[in-house]
Amino acid sequence: MLSMVDRAKLLEMYRQMLTIRFFEEKVFELYGQNLVPGTIHLYAGQEAVAVGVCANLRKDDYITSTHRGHGHCIAKGARLDKTMAEILGRKTGYCKGKGGSMHIADFSIGMLGATAVVGAGIPIAAGAALSIKLRGTDQVVACFFGEGASNQGTFHEGINLAAVWSLPAVFVCENNLYAMGTRQSRVMLIENIADRAKAYGIHGVAVDGNDVLAVFEATREAVERARRDEGPALVECKTYRHKGHSRFDPAAYRPKQEVEKWLRKDPIALFQTRLLDMGILSQATVEEIAQECRQAVDEATKFAIESPFPEPEEALEDVYSSGESASAQ
Amino acid sequence: MKEITTRDALREALQEEMQRDRTVFLIGEDIGRYWGGAFGVTRGLAEEFGDERVRDTPISESAIIGVGVGAAITGMRPVAEIMFGDLTALAMDQICNQAAKIRYMFGGQAAVPLVIRTPFGAGVNIASHHSQSLEAWFMHTPGLQVAVPSTPHDAKGLLKTAIRGSNPVLFVEHKLLYPVKGMIPEEDFVFPFGVADVKHEGSDVSIVATLFMVHKALAVAEQLGKEGISVEVVDPRTLAPLDEQAILKTVRKTGRLVVVSEDCKTAGVSSEIVAMVAEEALDYLDAPVKRVAEPDTPLPFSPTLEKFVVPDEKRIAKAVKEIL
Repeated sequence: MLSMVDRAKLLEMYRQMLTIRFFEEKVFELYGQNLVPGTIHLYAGQEAVAVGVCANLRKDDYITSTHRGHGHCIAKGARLDKTMAEILGRKTGYCKGKGGSMHIADFSIGMLGATAVVGAGIPIAAGAALSIKLRGTDQVVACFFGEGASNQGTFHEGINLAAVWSLPAVFVCENNLYAMGTRQSRVMLIENIADRAKAYGIHGVAVDGNDVLAVFEATREAVERARRDEGPALVECKTYRHKGHSRFDPAAYRPKQEVEKWLRKDPIALFQTRLLDMGILSQATVEEIAQECRQAVDEATKFAIESPFPEPEEALEDVYSSGESASAQ
Repeated sequence: MKEITTRDALREALQEEMQRDRTVFLIGEDIGRYWGGAFGVTRGLAEEFGDERVRDTPISESAIIGVGVGAAITGMRPVAEIMFGDLTALAMDQICNQAAKIRYMFGGQAAVPLVIRTPFGAGVNIASHHSQSLEAWFMHTPGLQVAVPSTPHDAKGLLKTAIRGSNPVLFVEHKLLYPVKGMIPEEDFVFPFGVADVKHEGSDVSIVATLFMVHKALAVAEQLGKEGISVEVVDPRTLAPLDEQAILKTVRKTGRLVVVSEDCKTAGVSSEIVAMVAEEALDYLDAPVKRVAEPDTPLPFSPTLEKFVVPDEKRIAKAVKEIL
């Protein structure tokens, strides 16, 4: 398995995971300083999913994202500065301050945007996959959503349609066990969301979502199959968010032992140990990379904080398009 | 010029745009070769363009629109059909939260050239889940455009504009209009959105009406003309954008306004038009405005009940006479 992945790629994945973690820690810190308007849904703890999936994607492949989407953006190659500026509501952000934390998009890298309506991205991802099929390219779509979204009608409608039309989409369920404060076992009788794939006649697999190489491997197969026009797949990644659902949610609904168990399975620590064992990382490079990632986040933060807010009247712009369609292809 | 039904005019618009642009494709329930659409609008198109571009779907309205959105933001121009307007309720998130907002919330990065065709309107006794007029829901959603053609000519010209445009459009087809005939040019033509059409000139009273109500208003104009009352009938043709200037112009001309709309009265199409006139042209009004709309009930089934709630010529004529 690992022979398929070269050292540079592994290091890049490690670097991305670390960047996401530092980025989210910084967002949390800025939130505490009242620099982030509204709310936040942090990705810390789930880094292996976004990075393991996106490591299989090309720049022209698409992703759709969720309210917990900062990690997806960074893993797909979004700029840290424009992402942070958007979260801070600045004019220089990806969406000129109109979207915020829950609605970041970068069409230039195939990041088709985050929707804050749980499950709404699933049929949209199927549509992007249909577009690929009709245009005859070999792009693929990776669609991120949580286990909570798998109880939405859009999950059923979107995946069924993708299945029956054999669309090049990989549906990535990030199962972090809790939909806000509702534990999975309270709202569904099955343990594996991946089992639902059977109902649509497609391939489904559940993997350890804190093991970036397991995610990478499972997604690689799904992406390759989709690229060969062999239809969609459902990849369930079992993971855990380190923080609460949003803002300062203390997540008191989660048993202490459970939290501790998952914290011991920190995806970055696991991957770091692995790379150290493999001799790809050394103690010196660990610190060097951490330093570089922190610096990148700090620079992005500086850019965001120094950026102006939009002019109030800009609220009236971008409701309608006046020209020809200018969307990602 | 040639005479054609609204159904055939709509089909011609789809056919010509599909010939003109490879990115245009159709998606909906039973629109393909086995049925051709519940009202026959897409009949024959699967045979001409293939099943890939005329796609029958499962009964999944939310996915039909969601797939349309995903395709529209990645370089295609989907035209989705929702079999009955009432069923847009099943896809409201995709229409109003996704299609309508994607451009705005992503700071103008994307365009969403998605057309959603759907039939509204009562008159064929199919009760509460197949008869409503819900234009106001969509007029109330920034980011959407709403087209409400009343003739084959307008239907073809506006549908082509909708397909060539770069915004999501809720394209309303009134089910009683499908067999209605009218004249259209042989050559290619389009009508811009936001430009009303004066369907009948007059000087005593203005009627602003949409969709099938335009025909009832025209019948009233004809009838009252014989009694010496000169009625002007203005058809906005699109509700979003709304040609406010054309409405204000007719109000300034006649000083009297009746708004006729098939949707229910409260917070409806007529409410918006009357409010706009009150803000912009109150001084020009020589009499109170009148609204002729459906009462605030669901659509009933039995012919006597349905006939009672849907605005008819008698009610329109009465409203006109009341403000003369």
